[in-house]
Amino acid sequence: MSASFTPLDRDGMAARAAADIPEGWVVNLGIGIPTEVANFIPPEREVIIHSENGVIGAGPAPAPDAINPFLVNAGTQPITLRTGGAYVHHADSFAIARGGHLDLTILGAFEVSETGDLANWARAAHEPVKQIGGAMDLAIGAKRLWVIMEHTTKEGAPRLHRRCTYPLTAKGAVKRVYTNLAVLDVTPDGFRVRDIIPGLSFEALQARTEAPLLR
Amino acid sequence: MIDKFVRSAAEALEGVPDGATVLLPGFGDVGMPTALLEGLIEQGAKDLVLVCNSGGRDGSAVARLLTLGRVRKLICSFVRPASDAGRLLLAGKLEVEVVPQGTLAERIRAAGAGIPAFYTPTAADTVLAEGREVREIGGRPCLLEYPLPGDVALIDAWEADRWGNLTFRETQRNFNPIMAMAAGLTVAQTRHAVPLGAIPPEHVMTAGIFVNRVVHIPG
Repeated sequence: MSASFTPLDRDGMAARAAADIPEGWVVNLGIGIPTEVANFIPPEREVIIHSENGVIGAGPAPAPDAINPFLVNAGTQPITLRTGGAYVHHADSFAIARGGHLDLTILGAFEVSETGDLANWARAAHEPVKQIGGAMDLAIGAKRLWVIMEHTTKEGAPRLHRRCTYPLTAKGAVKRVYTNLAVLDVTPDGFRVRDIIPGLSFEALQARTEAPLLR
Repeated sequence: MIDKFVRSAAEALEGVPDGATVLLPGFGDVGMPTALLEGLIEQGAKDLVLVCNSGGRDGSAVARLLTLGRVRKLICSFVRPASDAGRLLLAGKLEVEVVPQGTLAERIRAAGAGIPAFYTPTAADTVLAEGREVREIGGRPCLLEYPLPGDVALIDAWEADRWGNLTFRETQRNFNPIMAMAAGLTVAQTRHAVPLGAIPPEHVMTAGIFVNRVVHIPG
């Protein structure tokens, strides 16, 4: 039974999320797989990508001979600016995030709870060396927060929990999760499955999830 | 005649005392005033409080300032565990305050704008709120935050005139405008020195009134 399905790879997860982003949305994409979502939004669908270092309207990576050292994204990778784009300073950039001006933020995560709690910055409550960056600001401010992550850990342990075991980034913030196995909405009653990859049953998905799932 | 140009980074940094709080912009290397930071290393001020987005990558000027033991406390939004800053922290040789990046920017903005405190939902539900004032405002918990002023801000500009009006290129802007407004002494390095009036008034990004000294560092 278990050999009859193929989990999505990174590109597959990014493409699946990209398919749900409508034209006109202002979107922040976190570091990692979320950044790759931009590669799967067709250029004719005008989605405005915000990067928290002050970019509104981030475009694709430049050709190697056209890199502008003054123009990078939140991962400090070289990017381009779409026609119509703009630059702002850091406080305005985070006013965009914290002030509710983003239609959507997509972040990676270690864990998500059935109440939409997000844990994505530390694996222990009091890690001395902290890497918070902008995740807490992005998580509380967007009109909707989606997460892209593997459904389980490398060891096969669930990452969709009743309650997060890692320190929180934000409480009750996540609205939808895209994993390599399924798409799930966070509802007042818990995780509701929107779709599952071909060949994987609801029961098999439940077996890989700690929180109870709704059909 | 107002002329804020000085001849060297050394002259620009004259009088920065031990114990100063230094606002340092930059996102990675972009928008970081490297010549002024090298100048600060030369200048010798110690026991500094450094406010900077991150603890820097190994080999960077920030990492050098830290490993020279010149910084007492680093206030930033993240530290890489595998970096000089991370190792100094773990060895107990550097005090670090990690602040969410938006809160960091807003605290700096508040300092320049004369806002004595503000509440934000950012981090209110996290371990960062432990032992601190949280109030429910508009139905959600919000964390009390205070401004973050500097004694000195080091600024990286693209163009500057003798009044200290500045422009920035692309994402070079990042923390520069808000840090320029938040310090007692604001010192800018600029790639291009231009005549007064050459920057169209509508294009001035940081007004010269926020800038005390400018040094021309051609690229």
